[in-house]
Amino acid sequence: MSQSNEIILKVNDLKMYFPVTRGLLRKKVAEIKAVDGVSFELKKGETLGLVGESGCGKTTVGRCVSRLYQPTGGEIIFEGEDIAALPEKDLKRIRRKVSLIFQDPYSSLDPRQSAGSIVGEPLIVHKITKDKIDYHRRVETLFQLVGLDPALMNRYPHEFSGGQRQRIGIARSLASNPSLIICDEPVSALDVSIQAQIINLLLDLKEAGETELTYIFIAHDLSVVKHISDRVAVMYLGRIVELTTPQELYENPLHPYTQALLSAVPVPDPEIEEKRERIILEGEVPSPLNPPSGCALHQRCPIAKPECREVIPPLSDRGGGHLVACIRA
Amino acid sequence: MPEAKVIVAKEADVEPRINEWKRFCRVFLARKIIWLALFVIALLLFTAVFGPWLAPYKPNEQNLADSMAPPSRKHLLGTDRLGIDTFSRLIYGARTALIVGVATSFTSAIVGTLLGMVAGFMGGVVNTVIMRFMDALMGFPMIVLALLLAGVLGSGMLNIIIALTVANVPGYTRLMCGMTLSVKENDYIMAQRSIGSSSFRILAKHIFPNTLQPMVVMLTTSLGGIILAEASLSFLGIGIVPPDVAWGSMVADGYKYLQTNPILSFAPGICIMLVVFSFNIIGDGLRDALDPRLRGTL
Amino acid sequence: MERLLEVKDLKTYFNTDDGLLKAVDGVSFYVDEQEIIGVVGESGCGKTVTQLSVMQLIARPGKIVGGEVIFEGRDILKYKPHGEEMRAIRGGKIAMIFQEPMTSLNPVLTLNQQLSESLMLHLKMNKEDARKRAIELLRLVGIPSPEARIDDYPHQFSGGMRQRVMIAMGLSCNPKILIADEPTTALDVTTQAQLLELMTEMVERFRSSLIIVTHNLGVVARYAKRIYIMYAGKIVEEGTCKEIFKHPRHPYTIGLLNSVPRLDTVGKRLVPIEGLPPNLTNMPDYCAFLPRCPYKTEKCRTSPMPDLRDVPGEGHRVRCYVDIAEVDNVTVK
Repeated sequence: MSQSNEIILKVNDLKMYFPVTRGLLRKKVAEIKAVDGVSFELKKGETLGLVGESGCGKTTVGRCVSRLYQPTGGEIIFEGEDIAALPEKDLKRIRRKVSLIFQDPYSSLDPRQSAGSIVGEPLIVHKITKDKIDYHRRVETLFQLVGLDPALMNRYPHEFSGGQRQRIGIARSLASNPSLIICDEPVSALDVSIQAQIINLLLDLKEAGETELTYIFIAHDLSVVKHISDRVAVMYLGRIVELTTPQELYENPLHPYTQALLSAVPVPDPEIEEKRERIILEGEVPSPLNPPSGCALHQRCPIAKPECREVIPPLSDRGGGHLVACIRA
Repeated sequence: MPEAKVIVAKEADVEPRINEWKRFCRVFLARKIIWLALFVIALLLFTAVFGPWLAPYKPNEQNLADSMAPPSRKHLLGTDRLGIDTFSRLIYGARTALIVGVATSFTSAIVGTLLGMVAGFMGGVVNTVIMRFMDALMGFPMIVLALLLAGVLGSGMLNIIIALTVANVPGYTRLMCGMTLSVKENDYIMAQRSIGSSSFRILAKHIFPNTLQPMVVMLTTSLGGIILAEASLSFLGIGIVPPDVAWGSMVADGYKYLQTNPILSFAPGICIMLVVFSFNIIGDGLRDALDPRLRGTL
Repeated sequence: MERLLEVKDLKTYFNTDDGLLKAVDGVSFYVDEQEIIGVVGESGCGKTVTQLSVMQLIARPGKIVGGEVIFEGRDILKYKPHGEEMRAIRGGKIAMIFQEPMTSLNPVLTLNQQLSESLMLHLKMNKEDARKRAIELLRLVGIPSPEARIDDYPHQFSGGMRQRVMIAMGLSCNPKILIADEPTTALDVTTQAQLLELMTEMVERFRSSLIIVTHNLGVVARYAKRIYIMYAGKIVEEGTCKEIFKHPRHPYTIGLLNSVPRLDTVGKRLVPIEGLPPNLTNMPDYCAFLPRCPYKTEKCRTSPMPDLRDVPGEGHRVRCYVDIAEVDNVTVK
């Protein structure tokens, strides 16, 4: 996979707290710490997987990076510029460079818009095309790029299947020639046999594009993330707990949560399954409204010690860029 | 742009185009009663437009010699105390009903849509202010509010339209605010924001078209209600005033002679009933035909 | 030996606007005592409708138009859907757990009311005994402090906890068979693992059989003894779990296995199944998988839908004319 050493995105101590308000005057009564100190770097052309269970903050990270949310704190340095606090009016040029692919192919396309006009929308918003003919040609190329017949441009979303709709969404995300695409669970709503088509398409687009594409791939399915990513970050309750290459993650998971997550995903081979060790975590993910003290996992962790309750473990390098946030590992 | 890849989805692979319009018509026209309602409304439209050519007499043409004439060839539905032809008055009354109904419902729809969309889209304080005010207006029954306003403004067609519009705006605002709030939650609005669309573009191009269906339904159903309200105001004598003719005032005029000449009140009364009933039926039918959850059940 | 449940040539059709939809078209399978089987397929393949038909829970415009469901030696399809006998089986001897726990629990009744109801109905318990038993069940499925929580309403529980309650409800009357329809799909990965572990542990304890209906090949590989692969309303391949994962013989099964990313492999390009699942109305006479099949031959095009035929391996049957094992040898050389 082509990958330069140029850093395209550097996220530093990102924090996103959502206020919980009550009453007519919207008094703030609590805070949901959806993301609480997330840092990572992304090289140009790289794919970073963000994996975790619902409520771990992976989607929020994606929405902060694309500046759909205004982060509470931290830096988001995209192509050398800190965009974390950029005001709304300066965001348009960032929106052109960072695009999103959504999870639900049904609700992410406007039902009253034709497929062609959905895909062409960014071209109009950013005034990319010179004239009608240029616009039409661009949309046509985008359709072909994602494997759709340009003859389908006048059709409406409900006429397409889930996989085809997701292709329309991908074409839209490519229209403005972005350098970073945030894929938020792009395959989890699709049927098994269609998922592979979309995963391959995303991989192919990376090699085909004129500008080098960088992906942040958000998913709860570890096997999909592992398949598509160059590096994987495992998130738990608003923090990254482990970050390394997929190979290393599978062969040498250090964080107890990663180990449990890996063991929870069954392999479609009964003979391997018979031999696999199963680590079942007790209980459920605590609420981010009231997170546990110290390491967020300590109540469920099989190897927790009393000090885990007090110290928030920092993300530290255990060699070869394998980062882990655990004082016991 | 790189070279085209393998085309996965060809035109032929995609399900044949579903003709939404045909489907809509099939569900909408499936009920017999819809045809009757459509016929009544068509008749109303026709008489309203061509009234002056259809009516055998002028609506205020007195002929005291023919006072209180029973139905005859000369006067199809007889005449009132001043010898004015009831049938002709009915025809001119259709005009008034339609003008008041359409003008009121469209103005209130436009005002309500704007207010509702702004309240729903901006949220926060703007929403609170607009919606609490609408709630206050809604606290009054529509007819009471209209009565109050008509009393202040005085009677006459324009004032009636203004009064009824104010009374109708809260309903539209509430509908559109709710619709905007629910449409806003869809990922495609988030997607539009992520590609850099302006708020105005999102509102106009993506939220508004997706709120149209319930809007159309409400527009139709409320037409019936407005016509009824106009008739009630006219009946009470603070609505349409002569020389304009209204069914409501005709009922009021005629009801003194209910014993001797019931047709004077019954004819306009039946007209009001049929029209209101028809608009409601069509509104219900539209809702069923437009609601995807009910589609295909008929 | 007599089977616990044997479904023979089951057919369930739906009368839709667009024509007759053959959701389940001649499905046969069986379950033995204390056995775990898996029914695998994608959405719309008929796997759920098959199970609902067994329970006679098909609503209009659907209709069971043929077949037999032999349970404990009697054809339960002959019973009236709402009759006394069927009600005794449903929830009593065969229980079902649905994908969406929130919609299958009644929001306005407490857990005690819901759990006790079926205990009093099927096991003729009195109120106090039913309550005791219900607390016992909740404890078994891992609800913390069940005595305190039994009078709570469903919305006071998290998704995982609600699914635990569903398992408790399913098992409340010692059913012979528990049908779990995508029981964990809506839940998080680690919760999924917890619940599947719990469910298999429970059926072992209660000596029940378990039918896992899922699209996840990994889940059946981990838990099921035998599996059925469904496509377009028909079973296309069946056999023991080990046999099918080791020697898959239907192009669809092979396609599924090649198209899912696996945790234990790295860098292998996925081979997707091209095209889309067919529209179940207006099905062709020939094999339903043909348009997407990489192994298709002239014979497939001209012959009717193939029947399930025996192939080497214990109980292994496949609905395909082509002997993939041989084709593979040719192409791989």
